[in-house]
Amino acid sequence: MSLNRRDFLKIAGITALGVGAASAFEVLSGKQLEAALKAAPLTAGKRWAMVVDIRKLREEDYHDVVTACHTSHNVPDFSGTKDEIKWIWAEPFENAFPDSPNEYVKPEVKDKPFLVFCNQCGDAPCVRVCPTKATFKGPDGITMMDMHRCIGCRYCMAACPYGARSFNFRDPRTYFADKEVPNREFPTRTRGVVEKCNFCTERLAKGLYPACVEACKSNALIFGDLDDPNSEVRRVLRANFSIRRKPQLGTDPSIFYIV
Amino acid sequence: MKLYDSGKIITGIVIFVILMTFPFWFNMGRAAPKPDPKLPKNVKNCVLPKDTIKTSHMQILNNWRDEVVRDSKRSFVAFDGKHFDKSLSNTCMKCHSSKKQFCDQCHNYLKVTPYCWDCHIEPKEPKESKETAEAKEPKETK
Repeated sequence: MSLNRRDFLKIAGITALGVGAASAFEVLSGKQLEAALKAAPLTAGKRWAMVVDIRKLREEDYHDVVTACHTSHNVPDFSGTKDEIKWIWAEPFENAFPDSPNEYVKPEVKDKPFLVFCNQCGDAPCVRVCPTKATFKGPDGITMMDMHRCIGCRYCMAACPYGARSFNFRDPRTYFADKEVPNREFPTRTRGVVEKCNFCTERLAKGLYPACVEACKSNALIFGDLDDPNSEVRRVLRANFSIRRKPQLGTDPSIFYIV
Repeated sequence: MKLYDSGKIITGIVIFVILMTFPFWFNMGRAAPKPDPKLPKNVKNCVLPKDTIKTSHMQILNNWRDEVVRDSKRSFVAFDGKHFDKSLSNTCMKCHSSKKQFCDQCHNYLKVTPYCWDCHIEPKEPKESKETAEAKEPKETK
């Protein structure tokens, strides 16, 4: 067969053009693009959210709420050390909202500790950076953690702008060695994984409100579906002015504060 | 042919052979007892037939784990149509209420150490006297 170099290059060029055009046509025909957009998280369906009404929160609520959460999830109490594990805790206004410095904020707000926890961000930086997809978005908008996959690299802790994540420097079982594990139906964690508020996904599955909402006697915590215009959270948000933590970072938190 | 240092070499070989075969003749005639997992007394059915559970409970548990954690699909329809929560500590261990009598029997025999219990909480071991008694019917979910 006599095929000189010039002809060979021509044929190769035309073939490459054909293959490229075919795949380009497929992408631009819209089907794949449409599918990709549909798969984007939280464009459709449910999204759990919480409103914290700081006006209603009373002093004793803090203790109730934190205890309820930490006992129902077997969170060890290493408080006061660098190994502390926190799912929900109180933070002064100036730390919870460092981007709104204002020394003339009304004292009821300024001196009141804010209940802070994982913001269940719509566009969660921890999910984006997790190299093993141990942190991922659930179908209901909850930023979930798969402890079986966590390798303890702590990228998520670096990425989270709210400090909502804690690393298990110690084996949490050492804390429960001489005392009863509070909730035998929920696992503890192991040394070397990161943990955070899971919005009580295990309770939601049973149709129960999150433990903190249930424990807050002053009804300052309101829980509901942000995607449902008739939900309690949407009703409260319509009626009151609310703020979110560090909204300028574009994380789109699902936790709202009424001050 | 002459074997130099034959005394040392042959002694060495004999010692080597004795050491290498030590585990075999040391344990001769002392087979480890066969595992004897105790089934719960008053529950008839598991979520799947016994043979399937025996051979593939590890895959089932792995699948359950992934489906619950990653897809939030928590309900399992058993082979007889009942619904169960996919949960090791809240479904399996409600019937098989003794880890020692059930899990450890075979796992120790086969020297496998699954890490389930590093995080998940095992049921409290029933007292010896109560061992034959209760194991409640698992709660069926809707």
